[in-house]
Amino acid sequence: MSHPDNNSPQSPAPDSWHRRTLEHKSALFAVLTTVAISVGGLVEIVPLFTVSAGPQAIAEVTPYTPLEQAGRDIYSREGCVQCHSQMVRPFRAETLRYGEWSRAGEYTFDRPFLLGSRRIGPDLHRLGGKYPDVWHYEHMKDPRSTSPGSIMPAYPWLLEDRIDTADVQASMTALSTFGHYTQAEIDAAPAALAKQGEEIVGRLRQSKVENIEADHEIVALIAYLQRLGTDGKKAIKDQVAQTERAQGEAVAAGSAQ
Amino acid sequence: MTADSPAAAAPRYDDEIVKKFLLATFIWGVVGMLVGAILALQLAWWPANLGLPWTTFGRLRPLHTNAVIFAFTANGLFTGIYYSMQRLLKTRMFNDTLSNIHFWGWQAIIVSAAITLPLGMSQTHEYAELIWPIDLAIAVVWVLFAVNFFGTIAVRKVKHLYVAIWFYMSMVITITVLHVVNNLAMPATLTRSYPVFSGMTDALVQWWYGHNAVGFLLTTPMLGLMYYFLPKAAERPVYSYRLSIIHFWALVFLYIWAGPHHLLYSGLPDWAQTLGMIFSVVLIAPSWGGMLNGLLTLRGAWDRLRSDAVLKFFVVGITFYGMSTFEGPMMSIRAVNALSHYTDWTIGHVHSGALGWVGMSLFAVGYYLVPRLWKRPLHNEGWATAHFWLATIGIVLYVVAMWVSGITQGLMWRAIDDVGQLQYPNFVDTVIKLVPFYWIRLGGGLMYLSGLVLMLVNIGLTIAGSRPDQAINPSPAPAK
Ligand code: HEM
Ligand code: HEM
Repeated sequence: MSHPDNNSPQSPAPDSWHRRTLEHKSALFAVLTTVAISVGGLVEIVPLFTVSAGPQAIAEVTPYTPLEQAGRDIYSREGCVQCHSQMVRPFRAETLRYGEWSRAGEYTFDRPFLLGSRRIGPDLHRLGGKYPDVWHYEHMKDPRSTSPGSIMPAYPWLLEDRIDTADVQASMTALSTFGHYTQAEIDAAPAALAKQGEEIVGRLRQSKVENIEADHEIVALIAYLQRLGTDGKKAIKDQVAQTERAQGEAVAAGSAQ
Repeated sequence: MTADSPAAAAPRYDDEIVKKFLLATFIWGVVGMLVGAILALQLAWWPANLGLPWTTFGRLRPLHTNAVIFAFTANGLFTGIYYSMQRLLKTRMFNDTLSNIHFWGWQAIIVSAAITLPLGMSQTHEYAELIWPIDLAIAVVWVLFAVNFFGTIAVRKVKHLYVAIWFYMSMVITITVLHVVNNLAMPATLTRSYPVFSGMTDALVQWWYGHNAVGFLLTTPMLGLMYYFLPKAAERPVYSYRLSIIHFWALVFLYIWAGPHHLLYSGLPDWAQTLGMIFSVVLIAPSWGGMLNGLLTLRGAWDRLRSDAVLKFFVVGITFYGMSTFEGPMMSIRAVNALSHYTDWTIGHVHSGALGWVGMSLFAVGYYLVPRLWKRPLHNEGWATAHFWLATIGIVLYVVAMWVSGITQGLMWRAIDDVGQLQYPNFVDTVIKLVPFYWIRLGGGLMYLSGLVLMLVNIGLTIAGSRPDQAINPSPAPAK
């Protein structure tokens, strides 16, 4: 009887080609394994760096504002991506429920990407503009007040904790390595944060929410949620209108002849 | 057969390190699965989020996945690797200091993960959530492990490398590459960074990592353990040497291509999605090659299944491996993925692999090793059998509940009425339907967890109750 420990664990003659050429030569074995595991990744990933095979850029898609970026960092911190996707698939049932399906070029400034792999809750890619700011305020405070039966946790601390301007600038500095921001934009961040924050606070006041200030975390999160998918939506709408116009002109030209 | 006789084993092999890794495996296993049970409860009953930042589902879910993958599974792999490679290569580990740095470094990484994740410090890449300083620590510890691993191979006293070693080697190499590339990032603060890749490229790199972290932590090295411990426990040689060669090379080559099956119907270029789908479907062949080689190794030993807990756990584990590697390729087909993606079906698939294949196989390795390492019989064999049944029934409850709820929800999402409108326009309606299944899943999970607790107690009592008088021969000399 043979065992792994006895050096003859297997039935056929140990003197096989594989044994002599590879199993006796551990370095060669390691090199070949490295080659075997490298091919697939190289073939699939490298082409994405070239423009023609990679995701098509959409001109209308621009970096997040400082406040939206701060909101995005809160979204990452709280792990919203564990339950919410940001990718609408090109099916009728999905476009009916959520809106336009998601294009690759819409994610250009998504570092990290937040497509998600679960829909314990609904997709959020077309969330921007769907609800008023106050809806998000109420929903984050108590999800069941806006969505009876929801199983989402409440996030009351977002109504108390505040964002730190220097921290947002640190994020912007890191992202500027990839061309998201210029130094001028980083320097102007405090003013930009206050301005966009006040706009949201103003809208919340109109809806009788008085206790929120421009640097509360909930404000940043609302700014991010209201931005989601809006650049892309506009670009897609323009594109569709353009194609329709071109088609209309072609039809008109055809009938005129 | 001097190698395994107690007298010769002591000076020759470092078994202290194996004992440490073994205890870490099952202690962290309880912690990680307890967090899993808390998650299951939170989905069934939202107040269990407790209204505190640190205990919400979004922050605890990565804690569960990191704990079960990097603490439970990885420690289990190290246990089996340190034990088997010394014996297969007939040499002590290359360097005891490196072994100990590996052990303590890895546990320190786990502790830092357990602190940072509930604090919300996360890169949000799935299974690569840990912040950049911890990523650096992982890289250092992993490289030291690699040095120890290849060093041991270099000083081996056996000329050829047994199949288990091939699989271990593929893990050591691949995880290094995946970890480094997927974590390339620009730090903003000590706890936050932004990845070098963006958008769909980031997504593809992440799922190249994600799928192969599954492949080269939860699958290939587990097969390595199977190739060592199953023939040992069954006292039978591996069924086919040729099959092991073919399915090893096919598996390591094909696995890498399958990542895009996580991004079907996304903005990823069609050709990449199609490659991912085709390679995933082909992957069934080498996967089943491994399963068959395992199950057929038991030919002629099936009668021992009734009395031997180790073999029982292995057989169910390998069967679940076959099942999840059939299910996975099916889910990679675009039409099927259209239904399964985003739903609990994925969670069912994950846990038939995780609880079935990974968990059961590691329990088998544990029950095999404890009497041999501590040189005394298991405190209570009956408890091991009870553990087996608790775990098996627990898995079935978990997985079936998730299949039903996944398909239910998938169908509800796409249901369209006569006038072309959504039948369930209110998303919450499709969630409320699932709550009963979440309770069933919790029940299954608790059974699985209680089986593991029983195992841990059994191990503890085995170690405490010193009965060296009844010491068993750690590895009965095979009749030659
Ligand atoms: C008592 C045992 C366990 C219970 C109750 C449990 C429960 C859960 C729950 C509730 C989730 C979240 C599901 C969702 O998103 O809807 C989850 C996710 C996950 N669990 Fe477990 N789990 C257990 C054991 C394990 C083990 C042993 C492993 C791996 C070795 C594992 C790996 C995972 C992974 C990888 C995910 C994420 C899946 C994905 O993102 O698609 N679990 N688990
Ligand atoms: C031939 C083998 C396999 C193939 C082709 C495969 C394929 C797949 C597919 C298509 C998904 C769903 C992706 C999605 O829709 O989001 C998936 C998810 C997953 N599978 Fe497998 N699978 C295989 C084997 C396994 C095994 C053996 C395990 C565990 C031990 C496993 C663990 C997972 C995990 C953890 C996920 C969840 C990833 C996530 O979304 O976070 N798979 N797999």
